[in-house]
Amino acid sequence: MRHLISLVLTGFLAMPLAADEIRLAVTTSFENSGLADVLLPAIKADTGIEVQLLVVGTGQALRLGEAGDVDAILVHSKAAEEAFVSDGYGTHRRKIMFNDFVLIGPADDPSAIADADSAVDAMRRIAEQGGPFVSRGDDSGTHKAELQLWAAAGLPVDGFGPSYLSVGAGMGAALNTASGINAYILADRASWLNFGNKGDLALLFAGDPALFNQYAYLPVNPEKHPSVRNDLALQLEDWLTGETAAELINGYEINGEALFVFNAQP
Amino acid sequence: MIDIWEGLQAAFWLVVTFDAELWAISLRSLQVSLSAVVVASLIAIPFGTFLAVQRFRYRRLAISIMNALMGLPPVVVGLMLYILLSRSGPFGVLGLLFTPTAMIIAQVIIITPLIASIAHQAMRELWAEYHDLLISLHTTKWQRIRTLIWDGRRNLLTASLAGFGRAIGEVGAIMIVGGNIDNATRVLTTAIALETGKGDFALALGLGFVLIGLALAVNIAIHWLSRTEREGRW
Repeated sequence: MRHLISLVLTGFLAMPLAADEIRLAVTTSFENSGLADVLLPAIKADTGIEVQLLVVGTGQALRLGEAGDVDAILVHSKAAEEAFVSDGYGTHRRKIMFNDFVLIGPADDPSAIADADSAVDAMRRIAEQGGPFVSRGDDSGTHKAELQLWAAAGLPVDGFGPSYLSVGAGMGAALNTASGINAYILADRASWLNFGNKGDLALLFAGDPALFNQYAYLPVNPEKHPSVRNDLALQLEDWLTGETAAELINGYEINGEALFVFNAQP
Repeated sequence: MIDIWEGLQAAFWLVVTFDAELWAISLRSLQVSLSAVVVASLIAIPFGTFLAVQRFRYRRLAISIMNALMGLPPVVVGLMLYILLSRSGPFGVLGLLFTPTAMIIAQVIIITPLIASIAHQAMRELWAEYHDLLISLHTTKWQRIRTLIWDGRRNLLTASLAGFGRAIGEVGAIMIVGGNIDNATRVLTTAIALETGKGDFALALGLGFVLIGLALAVNIAIHWLSRTEREGRW
């Protein structure tokens, strides 16, 4: 019993918050790409800042920022980001890099989207053939991009019936579902390349500019939440838009494929 | 099926190579869940015993509520606690969100009703046995509760271990209030959820086997330390 009590005491005491820790909410697609494992040690070495990543969907990341529970966010959903800044929750929005979305589906491609002229055309083909489609359904950046594509194709999502599965989960979980039932799905390239349970799925369509996926960095407004570490957030922004970051981001490859393109303006 | 075999292999290699990260998250799992069990037991055992010994007007209602709370959905507990501990919430100034302390609080809320319920059940039966004796000895209420707790300690241990079982395997609440931050609040269950999300089922299962082994080890260790199931001691 005495041991247990001392263990509890250490449990409560052993949780200091060191001086240079910053909390950054990022999207699952960023974390699943594996880029964080390259950037975080370099950030620590160059600036001494320990970045604590909270890996959540874009929707939850924005909520964490609004509540002042994180110091900055790195997400990919332009409209939601601009609203975040204009509502005063973020000081500004800074572009960092982009990658692209890809359409994944069964390798035999019953909807023949591999021959589509554009992403919108591919979405139309999937809808016409009616082959199951897995949607993130979690208000994430990827989900919003998917909804924009459906809207551009002039197809109402709620009219699809049971072949449209809104799973309400992260990128990896949604890919697991698609892999389980051989469905089409929109994913970001990084998560797809790093995904370990591909099954019969294959990358079928990519390259349309409509599929570009811009990541932006938004420091949380210290006027709304005095407790946020805005000094560290700005220091991190300098690093993320600097030369070291450019080299690491552009040089990051999986299976010989570059994933991200650095496009921060100095 | 191949995945399960690969999971066992992954668990084996993680353990025999003393993987540093695995050690860190396993210890954090233990630290959080054992702390939660001790705190919850300190609240739940006296409370459960009190409910067994004391007759009062709303006793039935209190017992019903306690039993119903055993089924508290961890995600809801996590979300409520998040709102309370958030910087914009009433306890935001404490800066507890995304720390192991927040995870301990969440688990205490989840397992206290469970421990109290099992404790109450065990104590009620013991009280039926001891009732006449303790009344005739003119014991005070506090003495009765202490006697029951001491003589029923084996059953209470089971109650606490049931709480530990629920705490160490819990993921919904600690994911929200802990945030699954690498090197800070990542524990075994949230790491399993993360690896499953990446589609790395072998590693996820490997971590799962480590978790099961850990729960087993703790149970055996506590039984051994408290010398239950030994000849002449029961």
